[in-house]
Amino acid sequence: MTNSTNSANALTENYAKEPFSMQKIFKTLSHLHVVVGTLFIATLYVTICNLFFAEGSFFHVSDYTVSLFGKYLCYALLALAVDLVWGYCGILSLGHGAFFTLGGYAMGMYLMRQIGDRGVYGNPDLPDFMVFLSWTELPWFWAGSSSIVWMIAMVFIGPGLLAYIFGSMAFRSRVSGVYLSIMTQAMTYALMLAFFRNEMGFGGNNGLTDFKEIAGFSLQDPHTKLSLFVITAVALGIGYWISNFIVNSKMGRVVTATRDAESRVRFVGYKPEHYKVWIFVVSAMLAGVAGALYVPQVGIINPGEFSPLNSIEMVIWVAIGGRCTLYGAIIGAIVVSYAKTRFTAIMPEAWLFALGGLFVLVTLLLPKGIAGLLPNLFDKLSMFKSAESETLAVKEVNDQNKTKTTEVEAK
Amino acid sequence: MIVDKSGSPLTATENIKPDTRHGVILYVEDVSVSFEGFKALNDLNLYINDGELRCLIGANGAGKTTLMDVITGKIRPDKGKVNFGQQIDLLQLDESEIARAGIGRKFQKPTVFEALTVFENIELSLAGDKGIWTSLFHKLSGEQKDRIGEILQTIGLVKEAYYPAGRLSHGQKQWLEIGMLLAAEPRVLLVDEPVAGMTGQETERTAELLTSLAGKHSVIVVEHDMAFVRSIAKKVTVLHQGSVLAEGTMSEVQANPEVIKVYLGEDDGQDNTAANNVAEQEVGAQA
Repeated sequence: MTNSTNSANALTENYAKEPFSMQKIFKTLSHLHVVVGTLFIATLYVTICNLFFAEGSFFHVSDYTVSLFGKYLCYALLALAVDLVWGYCGILSLGHGAFFTLGGYAMGMYLMRQIGDRGVYGNPDLPDFMVFLSWTELPWFWAGSSSIVWMIAMVFIGPGLLAYIFGSMAFRSRVSGVYLSIMTQAMTYALMLAFFRNEMGFGGNNGLTDFKEIAGFSLQDPHTKLSLFVITAVALGIGYWISNFIVNSKMGRVVTATRDAESRVRFVGYKPEHYKVWIFVVSAMLAGVAGALYVPQVGIINPGEFSPLNSIEMVIWVAIGGRCTLYGAIIGAIVVSYAKTRFTAIMPEAWLFALGGLFVLVTLLLPKGIAGLLPNLFDKLSMFKSAESETLAVKEVNDQNKTKTTEVEAK
Repeated sequence: MIVDKSGSPLTATENIKPDTRHGVILYVEDVSVSFEGFKALNDLNLYINDGELRCLIGANGAGKTTLMDVITGKIRPDKGKVNFGQQIDLLQLDESEIARAGIGRKFQKPTVFEALTVFENIELSLAGDKGIWTSLFHKLSGEQKDRIGEILQTIGLVKEAYYPAGRLSHGQKQWLEIGMLLAAEPRVLLVDEPVAGMTGQETERTAELLTSLAGKHSVIVVEHDMAFVRSIAKKVTVLHQGSVLAEGTMSEVQANPEVIKVYLGEDDGQDNTAANNVAEQEVGAQA
């Protein structure tokens, strides 16, 4: 008995220090630190270069670029959300744009109310589009929208509630695979059609725009832009920390197990549908936050954001960056968005072909995405170490067998 | 809803203890299941004693897997009763609740979590609260780590503890799955074809493993391999067309005229493989 407990202890100690693969190393420690560290340094660099280097200097980062980077970071947070459900839980959501846009609309409504009487029609209570539609009072769902607390709450509640309702219905009736993907796409498409209608009360076709200020700070002010960028970076950092925590918890392992063998998870005693709904809701909230931070930086939110094409693009970011690695999702979103900015400036009509080509190339050559390149390198380094500890484990087992046989012989 | 003696409702997360004062842990009574007219189970009665090792044999389509599906909650029977101990009605529970109540199941095709390591596979299967919040902040206690170590030793996968389960051989996956069942500390283990596709040596080790489990757990084994059944079974139940044809020790069953009639058939043995297996074994036993 003592024998077995000893070996169990040795086993768990091994478990703690064994560098089995790059993934484990990335999962356990450096991973989080590297990403958050890089994010911090990048943010600091942009901030300093924007504030302290004059225009024309080699180091100068323009206000336009700051907002552009802010947009990329929103996309990165969104990609993180998609990776959480697709990479780890195997739910291929083609409707994450819906959660992003809902978060964006919550922010948009707040910003609309901040305009006050500076609108074209000068109505202190009603946003311009409502005056234009000759509405006389705010619809009930706009009540409270002038409060920043309401806005922050809605950024979480709106996408979260939609994800909860959709998820509970879909996962409880055990819809999965392609059918689920189609349903998510239908969901975002239906929302797009609904928001296009003027009667919905969200600005219809034009969406919400002409924002003036946020929490009393002018949106035209470079310092506000910089602050928004920094806030987005912080949000991404926190989002990354949360995702990392979930993925490395036992909950994350249950979710991964659900992806690979759902029926086994059920027969082990878990309720996979609860786990799926939960992770779907968390992911939707992350997407909502990304949307909310996106809107003040680009200055507009309209129903076009609900378009299924956008949602598909998000999935492509994750596929290119590397599904099932959180940092991969971030890399993918930033690389593809940067490429898009560049490409659409040079020859806009070729962008979709370039994106398609990139997707095909990555699928063929890098099945694990860009992130797949990194672990390969590190794996070679850690191979030596893991081989060593494996021999140790074998030796230990052999020793045990020996002691057992001697015991038997003694008897 | 399960209700305990004082009348308060029990949820499956609280530990339900099956009442086995009569020595029987699993009651299956008058259970019928039909799929679009085809009767997979037909008024089947089966009683499993606490701590018993029971083998279920029968030709393909005799209803063995359907019976397991009914017990584990995957299929709802058209009629009948399935009780765990005297008081727990399994038909009121869903799959995960039944699993937490203490009935573990090994599938015919080994299903393990391939992306996770062997260690993590067993960690997830450990008995305990399976709710979301507990999982989110869960840390393995020393006791649990020891328990995982013990199980790894029982199933002989200590060396492979940190391999992703996907890298294991077929036989090792089968053992890992049995190990996962053990981790859940079930009262009843349902094991579907544990030695399919195993080498002779692996089969032998599996037989040892299963016999060692009986006593502490009740084990129900479905198997086609008659040599294997003979090597482990004290009591055998023969299913035929969805109901119990015979029950008893292996030699009793083989001497049973009904079994001989069904299996050897009077139409010169053009039956399926399982029947031929029995026939072969029969000849072997007599020789």
